[in-house]
Amino acid sequence: MTADALLSLENLSKHFPVLNVWKRRSGWLKALDEVSLSVHKGEILGIVGESGCGKSTLGKTVMGIHRPTSGRIIFEGNDITHLKPHQSRGMRRDLQYTYQDPGASLDPRWKIGRSLDEPLVIHTRLNRGARRERVREILDAVGLPDGHLDLYPHEISGGQQRRVGLARILTLHPTMVVLDEPTSGLDVSVQATILNLFLDLQKRFDLTYVFISHDLGVVRMVCDRVAVMYLGKVVELGSSDEIFDRPRHPYTQSLLAAVPQIGKGRVTETFWLEGEPPDPGNLPSGCRFRTRCTQARDDCALAVPPLVEHSPGHADACLYSPARRGYSPA
Amino acid sequence: MLETTRFLLRKLASDRTAALGALIITLLVVVAIAAPVLSTHPGDVTEFHPPERLLPPSGDHFFGTDRMGADVYSRLLFGARITIAIAVIAIGASVLVGIPVGLVAGYYRNWVSDALMRISDIFLAVPQIVLAIAIAQTLGPSIENVILALSATYWPFWARLVYAETRSALNDTYVEASIALGASPWRVMILHVLPNISSSVIVRTTIGMGGTILTAAVLGFLGLGPPAPSPEWGRTIAESREFLPEAWWYATAPGLAIFLVVMGFNLLGDGLRDILDPRTRRSGDG
Repeated sequence: MTADALLSLENLSKHFPVLNVWKRRSGWLKALDEVSLSVHKGEILGIVGESGCGKSTLGKTVMGIHRPTSGRIIFEGNDITHLKPHQSRGMRRDLQYTYQDPGASLDPRWKIGRSLDEPLVIHTRLNRGARRERVREILDAVGLPDGHLDLYPHEISGGQQRRVGLARILTLHPTMVVLDEPTSGLDVSVQATILNLFLDLQKRFDLTYVFISHDLGVVRMVCDRVAVMYLGKVVELGSSDEIFDRPRHPYTQSLLAAVPQIGKGRVTETFWLEGEPPDPGNLPSGCRFRTRCTQARDDCALAVPPLVEHSPGHADACLYSPARRGYSPA
Repeated sequence: MLETTRFLLRKLASDRTAALGALIITLLVVVAIAAPVLSTHPGDVTEFHPPERLLPPSGDHFFGTDRMGADVYSRLLFGARITIAIAVIAIGASVLVGIPVGLVAGYYRNWVSDALMRISDIFLAVPQIVLAIAIAQTLGPSIENVILALSATYWPFWARLVYAETRSALNDTYVEASIALGASPWRVMILHVLPNISSSVIVRTTIGMGGTILTAAVLGFLGLGPPAPSPEWGRTIAESREFLPEAWWYATAPGLAIFLVVMGFNLLGDGLRDILDPRTRRSGDG
């Protein structure tokens, strides 16, 4: 692991039991399978993939909401793998999570002001006045008027809820924030404002982001590095430019082909990713992607291909990676 | 808090059946408090006038007199005090035991939680009235024992309700969010889960009051309630049986009182269910 890694995941797995009608376990759903990643200080790491590929599970397992099945989570040099959030309070202060649906993540019976105050009550010994000062400062930073403190969550708009969700965790001055689908459900103009806000806040508070999203356009715009996930595994990892300009894994290639772009051919002409991903409770042997991969060969079914760094800063998990065969497509 | 109360009152006024329920219960409380003032013969709880026994309703005795010549109307008013005391204390105790048990069992997923729920299942497996009769019979007839019997048989209802509501609240994102934020289990249970499930608890409690009053009356009727000469309603009905149908007023007055009060709590409970529904909350309240 690199010296400047703020967060490292070592072979992290989260398997959910699949229960049959008699409530007996009939199998495991491998939402997260042997994922190793590190996030460096000050960067924005994007995590992309289809719905159900384990992006949110990754975020929630790091946060201690899910207990990992195996593997280790190391944050700021401390092993926080088996600590529940309230047990590792001191460490957790620096590691925070924003929800996909910030409206639902706020207690419907609490006014915004009280929800923003809560993290300070839990984590600090500040008195009421100092807490109010901090809340106002953060509210100003995320661009909300003071008057919103006295409103209930359902009385403000989606974009404002997003700002409140962000404000709620920034009151603690964390070093790292996991943003789970931070732009989903927002219209485009609000999306742009919110993204700019993320970038501003990153500079202002010296933040590191893990940016979980299925919106490739947004990821390309804000992320320094990108991890592509497929059915609980990271299949490609590299700098944003490498991933978007020189994708190696067939899955990444098909994902990128699925993004509609002006001036290019219709999506259907270049898009060959068909069907739904296989049932994650009943995975194909070997490479998980082989059932949908046009380049699959017989030996793809034999073993799970490891994530290999073929060139510095760009790793992929395909047996027939272009990098492995000694050339890089232009 | 004041804002919420004012909102509740306004909603209550606009819901006709709930308002009727609230009116009946307010009346019950007023009557119980002002019994010495409102009654025409306040001494008749303990004093008897055998020559005047079983007089039909008249200007002097609104609901006639009973077998001891006491004024039925006056005894009815004092009976309301007993009814309220039994219902409030028994329900209060059930809620105080049931809510913590349900919260803890719902929040944690371990053997303690299983044990708590199995214990409440055992209580629920026996019909409430049979269990209450058994307990009251064993302990002997008195107000305290009626309260004890009712509390012991009613707490599992709240434990079950709170348990189920807590389990479902734990799936809500805002609860998960505060756990992720580092909130302690205690904080999550008391400050997030409890306020959010309070409306169903309030509704259950209101309707439960009606049921408790009914069960208390049954215990009184069976002679397991407070002993004579207590003006408890169930006991009064039991005493009146041998004089039916001639002295019809004797049984009708307490019967009607029980009917009205139980209906009042049920109507209010149903009304509160609609009013406290979070989806309709604050609508039209800007």
